[in-house]
Amino acid sequence: MTPSERLDATFAALADPTRRAILARLALGEASVLELAEPFAMSQPAVSKHLKVLERAGLVSRSRAAQRRPCRIEIDPLTEATDWLEEYRKLWEANFSRLDTLLEELKADAASQVSSVQPNDFTTKED
Amino acid sequence: MTAAANKLVVTAHGDREIRIVRTFDAPRRLVFDAFTKPALVKRWLTGPDGWSLPVCEIDLRPGGTFRYVWKNTEGTEMGMGGTYREIDAPDRIVHEELFDEDWTGGQTLVTTHFVEDGGRTTVTTAVVYSSTETRDAVLKSPMESGIAIGYDRLEGILTSEFAK
Repeated sequence: MTPSERLDATFAALADPTRRAILARLALGEASVLELAEPFAMSQPAVSKHLKVLERAGLVSRSRAAQRRPCRIEIDPLTEATDWLEEYRKLWEANFSRLDTLLEELKADAASQVSSVQPNDFTTKED
Repeated sequence: MTAAANKLVVTAHGDREIRIVRTFDAPRRLVFDAFTKPALVKRWLTGPDGWSLPVCEIDLRPGGTFRYVWKNTEGTEMGMGGTYREIDAPDRIVHEELFDEDWTGGQTLVTTHFVEDGGRTTVTTAVVYSSTETRDAVLKSPMESGIAIGYDRLEGILTSEFAK
């Protein structure tokens, strides 16, 4: 996967509340499919389906060693996703802070124009 | 300074929309000008450090086009252009845009709202990635279930759940 595709997969995987809950549970420690299915009142196949999405996004890995194949959370793609959003945010922060400065100038210009133009307007009217 | 207190809010809505909200300490007419007059746009929409916006052409009317080209100190260029769909000055602008490199997977539809309250103006920019023309391509990508998580929510999940 390209970095961009990886981001898409991460965001798509995080778009579902059940998958976020599964990740929240795994943040506390490894768990088997059976242990994950229990608190969500879901069938094992339903949980497995969500786990496959999380695995494809690289957010969850599954051990092949034990019979119960415990699931583990992988933090790197999440860091990448927040980094991406943070960059996007920083870019707009920088643009908008320059815009703040520009608007202050425009306001000052507008104010000085009003004070210098008004007397002229009077003389024009009197002409 | 009051300007520093104006927080930028970035959130995701639905499956393909990102919303950027920011308030400015200036009347709407000035903010609208700053968004639509090339000489003014060039002064702030310059992107990351080391980049400038040497090309900024705006034909502000429905069906009119615009073209922005950013350039960094090493000479690398990044271009973007599009067409205005609706102009309701100084209230609303709807336009379509596409980066030359097309990293957004097709045209994006951008709606910008300017709302004034007590001499301050709140600008809401809604960016909808991929129009119907590119929908099929998007559906085949891993984005099919969409970006439905806001920055704040994602950050919340990270800090509350994973930072333990």
